[in-house]
Formats: sequence, structure tokens, C-alpha cells
Amino acid sequence: MTAAVNRSRLVSALLVTPAALFFALLLILPLVVVVIYSFGARAPAGGYEPAFTFANYANLPARGTAFLNTLTLAPLGTVLCALIAYPLAYFLAVKTSARWRTLLLVLVVVPFWTSQLLRIYAWLLILGNKGLPRFFDLIGVEDLRIVNTPAAVLIGMVYGYLPLMVLPIYVSLEKLDLRLLEASADLGANPWRSFLQVTLPLSLPGVATGSMLVFILLMGEFIIPALLGGGKVFFIGNALVDLFLQSRNWPFGAAVSVAMVLLMLVTVVIYMRFVLGRGDTRRVALV
Amino acid sequence: MRVYVFLIYIFLYLPIALIVFYSFNAGRYAMDWQGFSIEWYGKAFANPFAVKALWTSVTVGLWTAVLSTLIGTLAALGLERIHGAARKTFDGLVYVAIMVPGVVIGIATLIAFVTVFELVNPALAQLLGDAAPHFAMGMTTIIGAHVLFNLAVVILIVRARLSGMDRSLIEASEDLYATPFGTFRQVTLPLLMPAIVAGFLLSFTFSFEDFIIAFFVAGPNNTLPMYVFSSIRRGITPEINAIGTVVLTVSLTLLLIAQLILRRGAADSRRRAG
Repeated sequence: MTAAVNRSRLVSALLVTPAALFFALLLILPLVVVVIYSFGARAPAGGYEPAFTFANYANLPARGTAFLNTLTLAPLGTVLCALIAYPLAYFLAVKTSARWRTLLLVLVVVPFWTSQLLRIYAWLLILGNKGLPRFFDLIGVEDLRIVNTPAAVLIGMVYGYLPLMVLPIYVSLEKLDLRLLEASADLGANPWRSFLQVTLPLSLPGVATGSMLVFILLMGEFIIPALLGGGKVFFIGNALVDLFLQSRNWPFGAAVSVAMVLLMLVTVVIYMRFVLGRGDTRRVALV
Repeated sequence: MRVYVFLIYIFLYLPIALIVFYSFNAGRYAMDWQGFSIEWYGKAFANPFAVKALWTSVTVGLWTAVLSTLIGTLAALGLERIHGAARKTFDGLVYVAIMVPGVVIGIATLIAFVTVFELVNPALAQLLGDAAPHFAMGMTTIIGAHVLFNLAVVILIVRARLSGMDRSLIEASEDLYATPFGTFRQVTLPLLMPAIVAGFLLSFTFSFEDFIIAFFVAGPNNTLPMYVFSSIRRGITPEINAIGTVVLTVSLTLLLIAQLILRRGAADSRRRAG
């Protein structure tokens, strides 16, 4: 019996080993190395030289603009995403017949799975001088510049991540017990009030999940600012590409990425507090 | 409300449609319609840099798909049998690999490869002299980085299928004196097939489309998205639209097939269970 158990354990371990090696070598080890690098010095030819210094962290304000841009535009983009996604998710979950729902849902997700580079490039066409500004020229608004402004980056952000916001909101609304709305109506609430006091609070976990996913990915965004911000509106991701690939100041790059990952972790922790806390109280309240 | 939803779908698909539309433009500028032509497709396929990048992307995509599907499926099967802290750690890593932005995966894998190569290369040179292989960034490193995140995707898909599987079929097979491996080959594997195929197609698509991770670890190589990115930097031409249309067609087709297989698979197991 014990021999069989041992063999079964061995099989399990063998099955998981290749994947575990990948995670250990390419995910955990590098994250540890990044932390070590962030306390090092830049080698004369670029790259890393062993040292123990806080100079890289003290130097973070040198890339302050990237942090500032990211920490203002990423939250703004997340909020815009949520505001635009909510009505769509509501329509799909509550107002659509089962026959159409799957198709419409797949249609929301499909663009998200196609090349982000191409989708953002398309907006370069639309917002560039030969696109929308030419159209505005015809109706009398002259010299409109959209590309290379924060507005262009925001449009790209909403376009890029809308599907990721719709899905979690849809899931939370789909689980909604419609009898709660009937009860609310029976108790004399008008539809608007039912929405504000029943539907919206119950779908907030979905909004929170979507916001966390979108916010984290927006914080690490590179392509959108690179193409639509044209070097004027740049994010932490753009600073990292510059530090690792162009100016090859790896220790400073490592410090910047540690700071970025810490910001992401803070987001996740806040999210877990918010959603788990709320989820628990709700369960108690409903029972 | 309907108008709003309709407008959102226009918003989602108009940009993609624009790329396809202008790829058939006869003119030299991407947004100046000069009449219908497929000349830019000819030019794109005659461009040696674009064709080389395409082959790099296809090769990387196929290797990534094969390796992620194999390793991911094995891991999903193994995880079913593991409980406790090891399982929790693993689950956490799967989500980290999917959730972390591409920039971070790019940096992490770049540093991992450079660190390992710097340790291994001198040691090998000392051991083997001139015959020693010299590891450097290239196709293999792109494949490694791509497998890292696609592996996680495959694990999630296969595990979802495993947990929806009817346990009674496996018990029946055991009652009929099938060996564990026989049960796996004749019952589990056929039932998992839709998830495995879908995982394969998705891994290929995600690898084929990835720009940012390859950007960090490609070394002197160029993948197709990297070629497109540097072309955009040099100026917008209908050639980019033509290449873009090819990429979009490939990925949309594969995504659609993956969706259909997953749905059919789910319907199948429901029927069998009922």
C-alpha cells in the first residue's frame, strides 16, 4: 500500500516538474535577481556590476515623469473603461436573450485576443493627421492634434482593455438573482432605485475585479504610449524598455521595475481587502 | 441602450476593419484611398525582411505551442493529484505568469537568460575549448519566454476541463480492470483532447502576436510583430496594413477554431454525463 502511495506521489511530482522548472528558472529566479540588481551599480559598458548601494532607488525621481504619467493616466483609463463597460455588460447579462448572448460575448472578447500592436496601430491611423483631424478640418475645426497627447493614450487604453473590464462585470451581473429585483419592485422601488440599491452593489465585486486587472496591465503598458504618445506621453514601461535595451542601465532599470511591481502588489492587496471584505458581509446580510 | 451597445461594437471592430480595408489601397500612403489593389500583399511577400520575420514568428509559435501544450497538460494532470501548500504555490505562480504585464515577463526572462549564459558560457569554454557551444539570445530564448506564459494558459484550460470531467467514467474503467495508464489513454486523454487542442491553438496565437516579450529577449532576431513595430516607427505604409491583415486573419481563424472546439467539447461531455 505504501509502495503504491509512494509511486503515485512520484508520478505526480514528475508530471509537475517540467512546469515547475520553467516557473522557477524564468519567473522566480529572475524576480530575485532583479531585486539584487536594484542594489548594484552600472558596469562601464552597460549591464550590471556587483555593489550594495541605494543610489538606484534614490535616483528614482529621475524617471518621475514616467511614474507621474502612469499613475495619473492608468487610474483615469481604468475608470473610463469601467464607465463604458458597465452598460454593455449590463445589456449582455440582463437584457439579451440566451440565443444572442454567447455570440455577442464572444464578439467582445475576440478583439482582445488579437494582436494588441495592430489594434493600437489602427488608432494611429484613425487619430493621425490623415484620419480624424482631416475630417474635423472639413467641418471647420482646424489644426486639431490628437496623436502624441494624453487623450490619444487614453483612447488607446480604453480600446485596448475594454473587453477585460466587460467580462468580470458580466459574470457578476449574470449571477444576479432576478428575484431580488422583483422583491425590490414589490416593495415599491422604481427601476432606477432598484438598480442603485440592488443591482449596482451586487455587481461591484465584478467592477473591482475588472478594475484591478485593467489597472495592473495598464501600469505595465508599453505599446500604447509608445505608438500614441509618440515619446511625449510615456509610461514606466517605456522607461524600462529604455533602461534595459537602449541606455543599458540595468541596476537603475531593476530599481524602477521593483518600484512598479510594488505598486502592482499594493493594488492587489487593496483589491483583496475590498472584495473579500465586502463579499463576507454580503453573505451574512443575505442569510 | 441598444444604440449604445451597437456603437460599442462599431468602436471595437472599426479599427480592425480599417486595417483590412486600407491594405487593399493602391496608393502609397496608408490613409489615402487611391483604388483597389492587392499590390501591397505582393510587396510584403517579396520583402525578405518581412518574410524572414514571418518564418521566425511561425517557428517560434509552433515550438511554443508544442512545448506549452505538452508541459502544461502534464502539469495540469499532476496538479489534480497534489494538495496542500505545494498546490497553492503552484496555483499562485500560474496566475502570476498570466497576470503580470508583458514588460515584467520580458525583463525577468532577459535577466534570467543573461545571468545563466554568463555563468554557463565561460565554464563551457573552459571545459570544451573551441568546440564549446556559445549560448546567446535568439529564437530559443523567445521560445523559452513564450512557453513561460502560455504554459500557464494551457494549465488553466486543461484543468477547467479536468474538473468538469465525469469521475464515474474513470471509476468504471478501473472497475473493468484497466491499468492506470490504460484508463488515462482510453478515457482521460480522449476527454481532454478538446482542451489540449484549444490550448495548442491559443498558445500559437499568443506567441505569434506577442511583441513586448520578444522585444526583450529576441537578440538579433526579428519576429513579425517586431518588424511591424519598427516599420511603424519609420512611417505608415499600406505594406504594414497588408502584413497586419495577414496576422489578423491567422489569429482570428485560430481563435475561432479554438472556441468551436472548446464549445463542442463542453457540449459533448454534457451529453455523455446526461
